[in-house]
Amino acid sequence: MTRIKTHIGRRAFIRNTSLAGGGLVLGFSIFNSCKPNDQKEMVVREMPKEWFEINSYLKIGDNGLVTIMSPNPEFGQGVITSMPMIVADELDVSWNDVLVEQANLDTEEYGWQFTGGSQGIRRRWEGLRMAGATAKQMLKEAAAQKWQVPVSEITVSEGVVTHSSSGNSAGFGELASLAAEMEVPEEVTLKDVSEFKIIGTSKKSVENHKIVTGKPLFGLDYPFEGALIAMAVHPPAFGLKLKSFDDTNVRSMPGIVDVFKINTLEEGFVRGFFDTNAFTELVAIVGTSTWEVMNAKKNLRAEWEPISDHSFTLDRFGTKMEVNVPRGLESTEVHYNQMNEIAGKSGTEARKDGDPESAFKNASTVIERSYSCPFLAHNCMEPMNFFAHVTDEGVKLAGPLQAPALTESTVAARLDIPVEKIEVELTRMGGGFGRRAYGHYAVEAALISKQAKAPIKLVYSREDDITFGIYRPSYHATYRAALDDNNHLVGFHVKAGGIPETPLFANRFPAGAVDNYLAEQWEINSNITIGAFRAPRSNFMAGVEQAFLDEIAEASGKDPIDFRLELLQRAKDNPVGEENDYDPERLAGVLKLVREKSNWGQGNDGVHRGVSAYFCHNSYAAHVVDVVMDGDVPRVENVICAIDCGIVINRDAASNMAEGAIVDGVGNAMYGALTFKDGRPEQTNFDTYRIIRQSEAPRNIEVHFVENEIDPTGLGEPPFPPVFGALANALYKATGKRHYHQPFYKDHSAVMG
Amino acid sequence: MATFNLNINGKKLTADVDPNTPLLWVLRDHFKLVGTKYGCGISQCGSCTVHMDGVAIRSCMVTVSAIGNQEITTIEGLSENGDHPLQKAWMEIDVPQCGYCQAGQIMTAAAFLKNNPNPTDEEIEMVMNGNICRCGTYSRIKKAIKLAAGSTS
Repeated sequence: MTRIKTHIGRRAFIRNTSLAGGGLVLGFSIFNSCKPNDQKEMVVREMPKEWFEINSYLKIGDNGLVTIMSPNPEFGQGVITSMPMIVADELDVSWNDVLVEQANLDTEEYGWQFTGGSQGIRRRWEGLRMAGATAKQMLKEAAAQKWQVPVSEITVSEGVVTHSSSGNSAGFGELASLAAEMEVPEEVTLKDVSEFKIIGTSKKSVENHKIVTGKPLFGLDYPFEGALIAMAVHPPAFGLKLKSFDDTNVRSMPGIVDVFKINTLEEGFVRGFFDTNAFTELVAIVGTSTWEVMNAKKNLRAEWEPISDHSFTLDRFGTKMEVNVPRGLESTEVHYNQMNEIAGKSGTEARKDGDPESAFKNASTVIERSYSCPFLAHNCMEPMNFFAHVTDEGVKLAGPLQAPALTESTVAARLDIPVEKIEVELTRMGGGFGRRAYGHYAVEAALISKQAKAPIKLVYSREDDITFGIYRPSYHATYRAALDDNNHLVGFHVKAGGIPETPLFANRFPAGAVDNYLAEQWEINSNITIGAFRAPRSNFMAGVEQAFLDEIAEASGKDPIDFRLELLQRAKDNPVGEENDYDPERLAGVLKLVREKSNWGQGNDGVHRGVSAYFCHNSYAAHVVDVVMDGDVPRVENVICAIDCGIVINRDAASNMAEGAIVDGVGNAMYGALTFKDGRPEQTNFDTYRIIRQSEAPRNIEVHFVENEIDPTGLGEPPFPPVFGALANALYKATGKRHYHQPFYKDHSAVMG
Repeated sequence: MATFNLNINGKKLTADVDPNTPLLWVLRDHFKLVGTKYGCGISQCGSCTVHMDGVAIRSCMVTVSAIGNQEITTIEGLSENGDHPLQKAWMEIDVPQCGYCQAGQIMTAAAFLKNNPNPTDEEIEMVMNGNICRCGTYSRIKKAIKLAAGSTS
């Protein structure tokens, strides 16, 4: 048993009756469990007449229903279900009695409300358990007081509090009002892993019913009476800025209310890490309906002019730095030439073990390979959008944000008002993938609302969304391996860079497993903006490193899994260096599990297998990808995946997320690319930007989790990066061709034409 | 601007709009039926799929003036209580991640299953290729369609 100090604030005794009144609510979890052909009526539950707020995470109704707040923004990773599951388990309530609400932005109550970096569950694990355990303790105290019995003799199960020797028993609802008056305990006991009843099971998303019936959940659906629609025109190319515009044709168009210029980041503003923005001067068009504003936007005549070389100050979480932005209209062809050229020179040394120079000089075999990848656009299905209503009294914001507190502070700075005057409602996000941590569109919406003196909803067209910037960077890496006479790996050299950032992780595997090791990096400046994209940097490095290891294994005459396991054994028994930032045993663990589950080594005719394993974002993932050839077109038949992310909260939903990461990896490896010509993105919508589709997705995906009792370490990103490597290795087996440059199938015509 | 009397989800609804307005925006902006999603505006992603006389169409490409008396069904009108076999199957298989594309996926699948109640995997793949799911829930979508169809192949 773990006892922890509580640090949950004493709540003022609040009787929240705003949601009461005997209305009916769907018992969603019961409904969700209905079999599709079950014709029985939906189960309805009566809402409580009164709610008792126990702490900021939960309130209990007088009928025993429990409302649990989900603190983090939801973008498809399922925290709106899995976070309340953690609270509910420690509270010991039946999941059928739980309702869930999305919390709005309130960092005083909920701390760091951030979605990204696979951090949600990991960072909230203890706090959410504490919220549930604290409430349970207060219910026990209430029962002890009511029945005049020692609290230590009271037990709780499934929403029922019991004192067996006196025969007393009461539901949470009967005790809620008294429990809300109890002192918050200074310490609470958390469950042992073996006592979990909800954590580790599979619960369906609490929002499924709303999703499949088309309820307004997303920012783009945000209902607000009288809201106008706004769109913003940005420069057509990176390296250009607004010179002037002529709105005469636009103002007279039907439904158009106003046209004006906005400047989202004023000169001298110290930008935060997520204030990335190439296009700070925009022309806003405000009207009464989306279609009218879209049409008006086409008729706006704007002139653009080249930017000059400039710099701005970036506050990178406390460290200030100058960022230089070069002028010019950049092109992909030039980018690749630049990267190839710089890759041939020495980079900046990031790590060196032993004497790599001698190792390569004395090697009997040296393998050298170079890899590259293009920029990628996130392409969240719900384009960027935001609702804002700016008045003298205060600011109401609503929309999709991954880092709402940071966006709020930028809005506050730009409007020159205190954050306390801003209210941010967190809507469900139609995808995020890192893109919505960059909340420039919320700043734009606020400025447009202020100028238009009206509530507005800013809408990005798909073209606006793809061409605005904040992309996965274009990267390049050169790997070298030195083998001795016995085909042992004695030297390893990685040199990686990108536009405009390096993807290198100098201390990751195989660092620590090779005596002579050198890691170098380089960067090329650019005016094309980049940002976090599902597993930043890892999403390139994992794939190319794992493809390169496959070639070393082949040259050594070893099985690719055995080869990796030997290196990991070395890293465990006798590690080189002290900075290795992975656990060799856990990395070996996922490889062993995937070997077992895939029946590795027992190949079927016509099925070509590739393997990979990677550590990132605190978790470990390994994949075996099976490719079959349909004529000359490869198809991913199966993916078997093994993950060690510690304790799994919502098992089937966790599988779903890993399945999605695998499909995302196959899609981007095969087809993903954003290219530039004279500063202009060459793909502007899904007719030219290719996203993986149903018939191209793996036919079968199996996800296996390593069973352990390690606190959860994160899942949204880790299964994604290694897919690129396993796929490349399987394609090699299928076609005899190694793929060094993503996307692997850039000339393959899209299914939809 | 012109007045259009439309038959949406069994109800008569009236919109006073530009005749070239795509049905998508009439549904979303004028009738507040926001279950039909905007994803690309050029019929490439399928998020805006609705039924016109039972046939799946991309509502971003059909102008309001082209509808006439044809019956439009949106995700809000697919079933009275959200209990269409596909909606139930979607919940049973726990298909959605972000959920944004799923209304379009369900509407495409619903029109398809009406004409082909026992589809093969290949038939499902071909018809569902027009609907992008950026989260990559494709294998669950296929499972849910098969579950709703009662097919175990």
